[in-house]
Amino acid sequence: MAALNQRIAFTDERSMLLETAVAFCREKSPIRAVRDLLASETGFDPAVWDEMTALGWSGIAIPERHGGSGLTLAEAATIAEPMGRHLLATPYASTQIAVQALLAGANAAQQAESLPRIAQGAIATVAVFESEGDWDLTHIGSTATITHGTARLDGQKSLVVDATVADLLLASVMLDGAPALAIIDTAALPPGRLRPESIIDETRRNAGLDLTGLDLPATALITGPAALTAIRDAGLLLATAEACGGIAGVLDVTVDYLNTRNAFGRKIGSYQSLKHTCADILVGLERSRSHLFHAATLCAANEPAEIALRMAKAESSDVFAHAGDRAIQFHGGFGFTWDCDAQLYLRRALWLQYSFGDAPHHRRKLADLLLG
Amino acid sequence: MTDLDSFRTEVAAWFEANRPPEPDFLLPESFMEVGTDQQFDYLRAWQRKIYEAGYLGMAWPTQYGGGGKPQAFQDIVNAEMTRQKVPFVPNTIGLNWAGPLILAIGTEAEKQRYIKNILSAEDIWCQGFSEPDNGSDLAATTTRATSDGDHYILNGAKIWTSLGSYAKYMILLARTEPGSTRYAGLSYFLCPMHTPGIETQPIRKLTGEYGFTQTFFRDARIPADCLMGREGEGWKIAMMTLTFERGATGGQAGGIARQALNVHDVLELAQTARRDGRPAIEDPLMRDQLVRFLIEDQGDRLTATRGTIPALCTERPHAIPLSQKLRTSEHRRRLLQFALTLQGANAPRWVGDANTFEGGKWQRAYFNSFSSTIGGGTSQIQANIVAERVLGLPKD
Ligand SMILES: Cc1cc2nc3c(=O)[nH]c(=O)nc-3n(C[C@H](O)[C@H](O)[C@H](O)COP(=O)(O)OP(=O)(O)OC[C@H]3O[C@@H](n4cnc5c(N)ncnc54)[C@H](O)[C@@H]3O)c2cc1C
Repeated sequence: MAALNQRIAFTDERSMLLETAVAFCREKSPIRAVRDLLASETGFDPAVWDEMTALGWSGIAIPERHGGSGLTLAEAATIAEPMGRHLLATPYASTQIAVQALLAGANAAQQAESLPRIAQGAIATVAVFESEGDWDLTHIGSTATITHGTARLDGQKSLVVDATVADLLLASVMLDGAPALAIIDTAALPPGRLRPESIIDETRRNAGLDLTGLDLPATALITGPAALTAIRDAGLLLATAEACGGIAGVLDVTVDYLNTRNAFGRKIGSYQSLKHTCADILVGLERSRSHLFHAATLCAANEPAEIALRMAKAESSDVFAHAGDRAIQFHGGFGFTWDCDAQLYLRRALWLQYSFGDAPHHRRKLADLLLG
Repeated sequence: MTDLDSFRTEVAAWFEANRPPEPDFLLPESFMEVGTDQQFDYLRAWQRKIYEAGYLGMAWPTQYGGGGKPQAFQDIVNAEMTRQKVPFVPNTIGLNWAGPLILAIGTEAEKQRYIKNILSAEDIWCQGFSEPDNGSDLAATTTRATSDGDHYILNGAKIWTSLGSYAKYMILLARTEPGSTRYAGLSYFLCPMHTPGIETQPIRKLTGEYGFTQTFFRDARIPADCLMGREGEGWKIAMMTLTFERGATGGQAGGIARQALNVHDVLELAQTARRDGRPAIEDPLMRDQLVRFLIEDQGDRLTATRGTIPALCTERPHAIPLSQKLRTSEHRRRLLQFALTLQGANAPRWVGDANTFEGGKWQRAYFNSFSSTIGGGTSQIQANIVAERVLGLPKD
């Protein structure tokens, strides 16, 4: 097995960004606000999105020449961690994933067209899953056929995060036997193409996308394998960042309750079956965060990061799902209620666990990468 | 090439050239299982040789025999010793627990007297904390030290004293205030073992090896200047010792304390061991387990790196150091348990069997892995510490 390195680079810039983001998310996303947004149609607060854009976050990884902040995916992930912690409802992650796809695979004209819009606050997302539920992004049923400069699309995409609020969609299709991405401006999408889907994490809005017979200029297609790889990598890193934040958040909720609730004349947090489980979750959080910032370091330096990303995703999503599960149990009857915040975290944990591959999936891929 | 790079090259070459010849007896796995004179003499000579080459205590002050260099140099030596799998150095309690303690809070006289001989292995140190009736609950210590003019008279018993048979000094926790209970009334001694009235009785371990003793004190008179700090400060000093022991505080002299089998050794084993007639590494369930261990191992290594970046530890600055023993000792125990699983039908063989893998070292290593999940504070106590001090949960 090739030796793995243990590098973590955390620049002053990232540390300032982290501080700002921690304060921002705490202020903008108190649990009351999270709950208010659950019932709303769009699922997020446009005023908060505008503030994030003004802070340069929507374009954080977009080069300065396209109006962005000129930083990397590592900084994008650094901000995503506190977002996860406070369950901030935002199309941020989808937008960042789309940005990485455009940076990796789009040609100069496509970049010049899309990236400045996103830097100014346009919302973007990727449509890469289909109803079969395959995590291998290159297994695509949808197609594009080009005739006379027009691409005609066909097929159904599913689990498209933030599709109903997005300005830009990147949908994966097969073009002449190879994967490609179609850049779709949602303003030009005929009505009825998006069908809202019901998903476990109610802080998010998902939709299916009907591509049947949709015509686009052929110049709206991104070809070559780089964009899909970038989507996978960004998806894994941002899901890990959100999960790390989520573990810390749900651990706080649990520890607070364990320090307040009494049973048999003492605080329930003094019972070891509860407190030792919390200690184990903390251990999992520490390991997950270390994997996160290592994977971010490799991504930012454009070094091979597949092993680091898969490890980070596997570890963090398992720990988060376990932490959410235990949070319910440790709240007793209250844990079974809608009003208990533990359920919000468990829902988020399960959404993240099954986004871009769950832990067993990544361990199987890692086995091939590491064990031959 | 930086200074450190050229130093690494130098150290690598030195260990290659000076590695001691393979002995014709089985070496123990760690400083805790040094059970025969043969083993002890071999390991002590090895430590002296490393020290004389300048590769131990490199970051300790020169006036006491140290190297006066940045810690990074010692870290390189430790890493190189691990990498080349050279034998460990036996005086761990002196090098890594008592030594840093003496340097941190000892008097000038104590530093002059003890530090150099700790490094050279001239004086072996042991630790007298646990007692037959009190282990986890250290504050219940009952061994008495009664002041008598310019001496203290010791009575009682300690147990699980690693290196007790070979030690010249013991870091000792004893009760100086008669009738006191718990934390108050405890004092800390640097106790000479070759004192009439102190006797050690070897105890056989679950592996069949020796290495620790029960230590009896019967009216043993030690000079009053063996007291470290003042009377009544014993608890505080014992806690400080444990932070060195658990690796939660730096300042150790270095060297390695065990011949650790790690996850990469387990990967090699998985290629040779067979299950269902095929290499174990091809079994899908074994693969999943191996990857879990690799993720965890890499997670702990990365966590060590992250611990050096304060901006990534702001929320709970003690989380990494205080969880370190729990994380790594439990990981090792489960890893070695799994190493037996990999061996399938051959797993239940034991040391000495001709068909066992590598002389049965895996079976022995699994059993010995409990030394870290029990010794130095059990995992249950470590989990309490993490839950209470890092997460702020209430005491039991
Ligand atoms: C190989 C080895 C070497 C050692 N070397 C030394 C040495 O050199 N010097 C020295 O002083 N000591 C040494 N020890 C002793 C070691 O520190 C103690 O064994 C350890 O602290 C546990 O104490 P105990 O054996 O009395 O177990 P006990 O305290 O009796 O514990 C028994 C069980 O109860 C659990 N338990 C106890 N209290 C609690 C609690 N509050 N909550 C939950 N569970 C609890 C423990 O986790 C354990 O599982 C060594 C031990 C080993 C195994």
